[in-house]
Amino acid sequence: MSGTISGVNGSVITVKDYRSFVMGEMVNVGTENLIGEVIRIDIDKTLIQVFENTAGLKCGETIKPTGKPLAITLGPGIIGNIFDGILRPLKAIEDQSGIFISRGINTSSIDMDKKWFVKIMAVKGFYITEGAVIGEVSENETIIHKIMLPVGISGKIISVKDSGEYSAKDILAVIEDSSGTRHEITLAQRWSIRVPRPILARKSIHKPLITGQRVLDTMFPIAKGGAAAVPGGFGTGKTMTQHQLAKWSDADIIVYIGCGERGNEMTGALEEFSALIDPRSGRPLMERTVLIANTSNMPVAAREASIYTGITIAEYYRDMGYDVALMADSTSRWAEALRELSGRLEELPAEEGFPAYLTSRLASFYERAGCVRNLNETEGSVTIIGAVSPQGGDFSEPVTGNTKRFVKAFWALDKNLAYGRHFPAINWLTSYSEYLDDLALWYAEYVSKDFLENREQLMKILNQEAELMEIVKLIGADVLPDNQKLILEIGKLIRIGFAQQNAYHLLDTYTNFEKQFKMVETILYLYKKSKSLVDKNIPISIILQEHIFVEILSVKYNISNEEAYKIDEFKVQIDEFYIKILKEAA
Amino acid sequence: MAVEYLGLAEINGSFVILEGVEGVAFEEAVTFKVGDKIKQGQVVMIYADRAVIQVFEGTEEFSLDNTNTKFLGKPMEIRLSSELLGRVFDGIGRPIDGLPPVFAERVADINGKPINPVSRVYPRDFIQTGISAIDGLTTLIRGQKLPIFTGNGLPNDKLAAQIVNQASLGEGRSEKFVIVFAAMGIKHDAAEFFKGTFEENGVMDKVVIFLNLAGDPVMERIITPKAALTVSEYLAYEKNMHVLTILTDMTAYAEALREISSAKGEIPGRKGYPGYLYSELASIYERAGIVKEGGGSHTLLPILTMPNDDITHPIPDLTGYITEGQIVLDRSLHLKGIYPPISILPSLSRLMKDGVGEGYTRGDHPDLAYQLFSSYARVNDIRALATVIGEEELSEIDKKYMKFGRAFEERFLNQGVFENRQITETLKLGWEILRELPESELDRVSDEHLRKYYS
Repeated sequence: MSGTISGVNGSVITVKDYRSFVMGEMVNVGTENLIGEVIRIDIDKTLIQVFENTAGLKCGETIKPTGKPLAITLGPGIIGNIFDGILRPLKAIEDQSGIFISRGINTSSIDMDKKWFVKIMAVKGFYITEGAVIGEVSENETIIHKIMLPVGISGKIISVKDSGEYSAKDILAVIEDSSGTRHEITLAQRWSIRVPRPILARKSIHKPLITGQRVLDTMFPIAKGGAAAVPGGFGTGKTMTQHQLAKWSDADIIVYIGCGERGNEMTGALEEFSALIDPRSGRPLMERTVLIANTSNMPVAAREASIYTGITIAEYYRDMGYDVALMADSTSRWAEALRELSGRLEELPAEEGFPAYLTSRLASFYERAGCVRNLNETEGSVTIIGAVSPQGGDFSEPVTGNTKRFVKAFWALDKNLAYGRHFPAINWLTSYSEYLDDLALWYAEYVSKDFLENREQLMKILNQEAELMEIVKLIGADVLPDNQKLILEIGKLIRIGFAQQNAYHLLDTYTNFEKQFKMVETILYLYKKSKSLVDKNIPISIILQEHIFVEILSVKYNISNEEAYKIDEFKVQIDEFYIKILKEAA
Repeated sequence: MAVEYLGLAEINGSFVILEGVEGVAFEEAVTFKVGDKIKQGQVVMIYADRAVIQVFEGTEEFSLDNTNTKFLGKPMEIRLSSELLGRVFDGIGRPIDGLPPVFAERVADINGKPINPVSRVYPRDFIQTGISAIDGLTTLIRGQKLPIFTGNGLPNDKLAAQIVNQASLGEGRSEKFVIVFAAMGIKHDAAEFFKGTFEENGVMDKVVIFLNLAGDPVMERIITPKAALTVSEYLAYEKNMHVLTILTDMTAYAEALREISSAKGEIPGRKGYPGYLYSELASIYERAGIVKEGGGSHTLLPILTMPNDDITHPIPDLTGYITEGQIVLDRSLHLKGIYPPISILPSLSRLMKDGVGEGYTRGDHPDLAYQLFSSYARVNDIRALATVIGEEELSEIDKKYMKFGRAFEERFLNQGVFENRQITETLKLGWEILRELPESELDRVSDEHLRKYYS
């Protein structure tokens, strides 16, 4: 049974003569078997969105239902690869169609013929439940891929293979469930991208995602299992921030979705991540990374799907007990894809032409983040970091506004900081993180019990500085009293010496927690001592002549993470400087 | 196979509707015969036996029964050949230079196909334009798409022409660019200016020109950049040439798109532009790049006019999200008599980070650029203060910044239309200007470079 095309409008096609499609069903369209999805069923017609270019389709061409929802094949071989929005490997597409992407390419997300060495752990005769691990595959030097019983299958192991070399086509085990039905288990399983993979329970958030970026880790942290948004106009460094996180954050696995972004950027990420060595594993970063590329000129419907494809992969690896971080760059392009499709469906628009369901779609996406207890009792997490590209850099637009409701860390990129080439251009006055309280115990145990208090002081100085800058803009800095001038100086020290971080500098690109904490401590100590000098009526001009200010400014470049203890020596220098000035004054 | 139909069911603005058609494909090319005139069109929507067709040269003289419609059974195509160099075409690729049609080596769908990201080569080769503001601060890289954001009355054409004339791969390199020039909705004299410069430089035989001028049919305008870019891709990726494509003015293109969208009765997005403006612009800009096979490259330099100088307007805004940076022209600099009036703070080249520095230009280049950006950003704050309290009342250090700001604009930014500065000259100039500031203010440059170039 199949239908025929009765209308084409951009990526949306209409079928009138076949009524048995199921919502969300995957279909094959036309002679080239383009991949489509049923998105609306009306009384007299069914609408289908097509994930490939529809030019050249004709009325009367057939549409074949598949009886299955839009699903992807999950299994070993996903890590280290680059895919399109519906998980077709771009390298396989290149093999088939050359440098330009043709349509109707049918390729599996994983290599079904590749033999993997499978270490079987299941034992014949045992009862196991959905999610249980029946075997392991070394996907590469870094990642152990666990072969899990697909969701919905529980029962007795009727037969199981011995450890050995198998491909995704080989049956590894047969399970008989309580109704007597037998299920064949292979290396691969399918999952519908729009449905979250089930878990046993959510756990409370309790550890940070360590990024090595000072303005994030110290000032606006994100937790493992949390969600953050990075909004910013063009040129403010969204992609740079996302790339830094993909490179340096301490997640086990990174899923990077280039959603409607530049082709060169994806090429750059692929080259760079393949060349960079992960300091923790000593292996190329690409061995823990999955790239999904739907560049801005690829079909818009696949852009809409790419976000779901990415999060499904993240959940799949989470189910194995990994901490996964997902970067979506940019969620605005995804929202615009929704808008474009909604327009083609002639739905009534809500705010700025976006469909009314934008909010609920955003909510259900960000809700797929979390720190969880998996079906197989392991613990894993999915952290989501979504870039937002607000129109005209205006944060009051619907995508930014609605995203804000579902994330607890908000890293606002600032145009003026970017113009002055202050990167990361994260504005410390408009950004926030609600994870500080969740992480308080962790900081106390692993960094220092003073961590939060120091951070608060740091933020207080920056706030005071901002208020003073308002006055300076009107009357200049010369007329301020010395204690306020000191705030400006320390503020500058924090901005340039701490918040600003050079992604291209070998030492500066990553700062561990120890160094971050000591840097803050030193700056605050310098402030305390200088303030006590100012309080003793010693002119600020004398204090500022001291070289110590310049030295602390360049701690970030001069002291490596491993030698962070050396920062403590500055305290001695600060004490010397304090005594010296006091003596001179006397 | 071509099928012909006599008569139309409906005429609506520049759209016609045919009924009772069979086997019509979405986006299929169409020709109309009205009296002795041949016009071209494209199918934009099909529904059962109805086809909605957009007519490129307008529907004047069309009636319901005098029109003969021929479906060509293929998408809009353009003939490709190396003989395209030196030729002039109209907005949809028909020769208007009095010479016969091009002998085609092959024909290609003008819509092109997306380049596979794994087939791309990340662009890293520095292009020297001889313009300090660009070479020093917003470096152009081979294979980059870098638009010029301009305003009405600003010298964007002069700047584009200067880039075309001077662009080279640095000192001692002779590889020249082939130029594809597409004009959309620009005035006749602007087109003449470009043609004049190409002729003066004796490069006419290295240029392919597509002209859709302000008075030409609006509908053709949406085809012009696609036709031109198909030629660029062919020359770059198949004939291995280094191609520099200039598209001007992208604003006229976007407006044409809006006109068509509203005629189709689509739900408008921001400022009446269709929701798919981003995708449409992307399908144009993303055609730049370098691919693995062959040694060519495709660099794209679109020019777009910011309506009311507003950089947050949807056209520059969406463009900035797709392109790899932007060069922004500024009216106040222009009024001060600075040429080129490039406002460096909002200008950016995203690929610069990988194409400058040690092994590309010179080791101190990135630091120097960051320092100039950061110091000049400070100048703007101080100027704002000076307008309130007067320049006399500024602190000593602020006065130095004011002096630095003036030197930067008058000596670094400002240069002659025919002045071709080598990159070393640009860098030297940058350091000279930084000397207006005391060493303690230079927090972006390493001690090593300070010693070597500052003191």
